[in-house]
Amino acid sequence: MSSFEDVLAADRRIEPRDAVPDAYRSTMVRQIAQHAHSEIIGMQPEGYWITRAPSLRRKAILLAKVQDEAGHGLYLYSAAETLGVDRDDLTERLIDGRQKYSSIFNYPTLSYADVGVIGWLVDGAAICNQVPLCRSSYGPYARAMIRICKEESFHQRQGYELLLTMMGGTAAQRAQVQDAVDRWWWPSLMMFGPPDADSPNTARSMAWRIKRHTNDELRQRFVDMTVPQAERLGVTLPDPELRWNPGRGRHDFGTPDWDELKRVISGGGPCNAERIERRRRAHEDGAWVREAALAHAARRQEGETG
Amino acid sequence: MDLYDDDLTGDGHWAFGTGFADPLAGIDAPPASPELAAYCLALGDDALVMSHRLQEWCTRAPELEDEVAIANVALDLLGQARLLLARTGRGEDDLAFGRDAAEFRSVRLAEAANGDFAHLVVRLLLFATWRLAILGGLRDHPDPVLAAIAAKGVKEVAYHRDYAAGWAIRLGDGTAESHRRMRAALEALWPLVPDLHADHPGARAEFETVVADVLARATLDAPATTGRAAPRGEHLPELADAVAEMQSVARALPGATW
Repeated sequence: MSSFEDVLAADRRIEPRDAVPDAYRSTMVRQIAQHAHSEIIGMQPEGYWITRAPSLRRKAILLAKVQDEAGHGLYLYSAAETLGVDRDDLTERLIDGRQKYSSIFNYPTLSYADVGVIGWLVDGAAICNQVPLCRSSYGPYARAMIRICKEESFHQRQGYELLLTMMGGTAAQRAQVQDAVDRWWWPSLMMFGPPDADSPNTARSMAWRIKRHTNDELRQRFVDMTVPQAERLGVTLPDPELRWNPGRGRHDFGTPDWDELKRVISGGGPCNAERIERRRRAHEDGAWVREAALAHAARRQEGETG
Repeated sequence: MDLYDDDLTGDGHWAFGTGFADPLAGIDAPPASPELAAYCLALGDDALVMSHRLQEWCTRAPELEDEVAIANVALDLLGQARLLLARTGRGEDDLAFGRDAAEFRSVRLAEAANGDFAHLVVRLLLFATWRLAILGGLRDHPDPVLAAIAAKGVKEVAYHRDYAAGWAIRLGDGTAESHRRMRAALEALWPLVPDLHADHPGARAEFETVVADVLARATLDAPATTGRAAPRGEHLPELADAVAEMQSVARALPGATW
């Protein structure tokens, strides 16, 4: 049997029953749970618009997308469970604040254009972060990410297609799109995490092949990918320092407000309390249902064996 | 790699296509008679309004598996609504967003405001059992479009009914608390059942057999029938709020393209 280090050195996958250092296990649980929580909390800002979607086709697309997010949450909690934790316990840790979710979902959605911009920018940033995770050293997570990335890229294109349609509509629609871009651009750049100089866990995560690129590398890739899309769409990205740098062959861009990121991560964003409260209410309101299902199953089993 | 270089409207550019497969492809559709259009509008409104009530459950389900299942049912019904509304000959969006609540043709069972999860289960059990009996009979309707919509819908609604029946049995025969909540939901919704029988007398026998079987396995009794049958067009007051919410964005931006 190969050791943990041999598997990593050969760039092969760690599987659930393999012996791993405790710190690797706890880091993976934290990362996968945080990702699962983000999928579930991330249903809320868009879910609000399902009943309000302005056409039945858009309603079907949005409902299917939010349903996919619930499905992603399910696969990811299952991947986390292969490391010896359980979903109920992870949910408790989310609602009492011991585990985090992506800071992006603590911003409000103010118009239907936000649905498109979340698809384009937020899902776009998530894909940049997640494509390398399809080669994560932890097998169950890597395999879940392959399916999730395919669905996320579908969502991103649908978001972009909504924005293209809105930009071809009325002046009021174009103004809504620009306003949404102005509000979501900087929070999207913050999705890649703090700058490398301020990211103490990056080196170890890269050695363990949990992470494949640094935060700043991924952020740069996202900016370079997004600028031409914004031009095609006809919106302005709200960064006066954003420009092509022919010497580097990349775009230069401004510095996100890292104090804002710290504030939002530590619970001070505009919607943190509301998001957690809604999740808590669903979990608590569902307690009697889960208890009834267990009681029924126990009675059925008694009937069969007794 | 730039995914946005080409025309974005073709399905080939999207991982799984932009829209949904057209279940009516290849079926010849002559204009609907006024009677057929009115009938499709009624069945379409039932699906549209019921789907709306299920959409309101999003992010409130007791477990993630139910989150996925409820969204699935809501999506199926939305798909049925779109096909049925289109069959009237008027645009689906004109009908969904251009009418006031008073002009909807939905049954009151679909309109009732949401309650707890037991309310969702009882409503869906009654609605899906009724609708499955109707759609089963419509599979050989002389209109080929309605027949095709029914054939597709039967497979979907059979799952909706199974999902609701499974939960009805677990909750009815679960804990004292879940049993009490199921009884309360039955008491609240049972007075709306006569509407269904008055509207589709032919579906009544199947409805009563199936519901009685599920309730027996759930150790629940059907309430004594009360309430008179309201005709389509008579609404519960809460429909107006649901329709206002559904139309809020569409009506706030006149002339917009979506």
